[in-house]
Amino acid sequence: MAEHLVFNGDQAIAYSWKQVNPDVVASYPITPQTIIVENFAEYAANGEVETEYVCAESEHSAMSLCIGAAAAGGRVATATASAGLAFMWEVLWIASSMRLPIVMSVANRALSGPINIHCDHSDAMGARDTGWVQIYGENVQEAYDDSLMSFRIAENMKVRLPVMNCIDGFIVTHALEKFIPIDDAVVKRYIGEFKPIRPLLDIKNATTYGPFTGNDYYFEHKFQISEAMKSAMGVVKDTFKEFEDLTGRKYDVVEGYMLDDADYVIMAIGSTAGTLRYVVDQLRAQGKKVGSLKLRLFRPFPFADIAKALEGKKAVAVMDRAMSTGSSGPLYPEVCAALYNSKDRPRICNYIYGLGGRDVKPDELAEVFDHLAKGTCKDINFMGVRQ
Amino acid sequence: MSEKRAKDLPQGAMITEAGNARLYETGSWRSKVPVVDKEKCTDCLQCWIFCPDNSIIVEGEKMKGFKLTHCKGCGICANQCPAKAITMKEEGA
Repeated sequence: MAEHLVFNGDQAIAYSWKQVNPDVVASYPITPQTIIVENFAEYAANGEVETEYVCAESEHSAMSLCIGAAAAGGRVATATASAGLAFMWEVLWIASSMRLPIVMSVANRALSGPINIHCDHSDAMGARDTGWVQIYGENVQEAYDDSLMSFRIAENMKVRLPVMNCIDGFIVTHALEKFIPIDDAVVKRYIGEFKPIRPLLDIKNATTYGPFTGNDYYFEHKFQISEAMKSAMGVVKDTFKEFEDLTGRKYDVVEGYMLDDADYVIMAIGSTAGTLRYVVDQLRAQGKKVGSLKLRLFRPFPFADIAKALEGKKAVAVMDRAMSTGSSGPLYPEVCAALYNSKDRPRICNYIYGLGGRDVKPDELAEVFDHLAKGTCKDINFMGVRQ
Repeated sequence: MSEKRAKDLPQGAMITEAGNARLYETGSWRSKVPVVDKEKCTDCLQCWIFCPDNSIIVEGEKMKGFKLTHCKGCGICANQCPAKAITMKEEGA
């Protein structure tokens, strides 16, 4: 029986890497991710891991190093946040198009400007089209578990895509919580040996990585990534199931709370999902038929699972901790698309909230449920801003 | 080179065999085509040295013309030719 540890989200991720013992970690520190690479650098300096730890001169370089190391045949991890992820943006596409199973933790933080170090999802949502699998965790336990599962998902032969495991900056990265780690030997068995595909260092089977493709082959390679991403849906679900068998901790791509008889539902990503369950409990105690839905997997997007969870409801509020300026939040149109062809689709509205780390208060979420019940919400709403 | 389907291609656009650039015919990119005037040509082979696509045909140390399956029509040969024996003409003109 594993003992509890009390770590913050960043420490838990660094601890998971220590257990995985990747071949290469190349990174550049940025708040609120810094603790991950700081702690891991300490593990490396103490000889507790065999990892080649590289301090890069920028995030663009860090991801480029990860790409080189992964193409060479190594198991690779890194971490970033906010402007760091934005600076990696160009190379994120290279990682996925070269089908390299790199694992990256993202400590979700607002993008400048004005410069702000606190939580929102603008950074990862800005990378939604880069061909990376994206998993979002709610708390320290999920930060740790998602980090481990990310290696399994990325390295699955049906996927071979990089995986981003995201946690809310400060709310999860810096808050101490109790979590249950897995024993070192069990992790080692679970993660297994890394199996490279035609590594650059295999000089007997010379391979060219990252060549030019013109209008005659580029599209086919993009289609391959699309197919791999489609396969990732099943692989993520299988990985969650295996993880449950291993640890007893049950995960799904979307996780409903008090949904069965609920008329009104709020859907959210990350730590807000925890606050939402508290609000649902309070409103249920008053006899209100409300529920919540947490999204764990954003890429590939679980259209069918969302439709199944939300069809037949009276009204749904989609919470977006990011904003596509000039449109809505990024989650909203995809949830609408998931439900458009359902026979009994709910009224769906969008709430943009929590930008730049703005506190998310239970009373505000209760008010959103109230607006849903009264039918007073607009298509796009802002929660918690002084208009 | 026949055009393969996505399912038949190596993943990640990896090239898994060596020396296959010759199978990739880049001649269709060309909008101008080099033409040599052998009256002026001295067979100095500067064109062969400079051609980035290995598209100058040389036999017995003599310049014999252009490999148009791969010549992209960049015009470097015409630019380098000391005898001004190579001119670039409109493709298909």
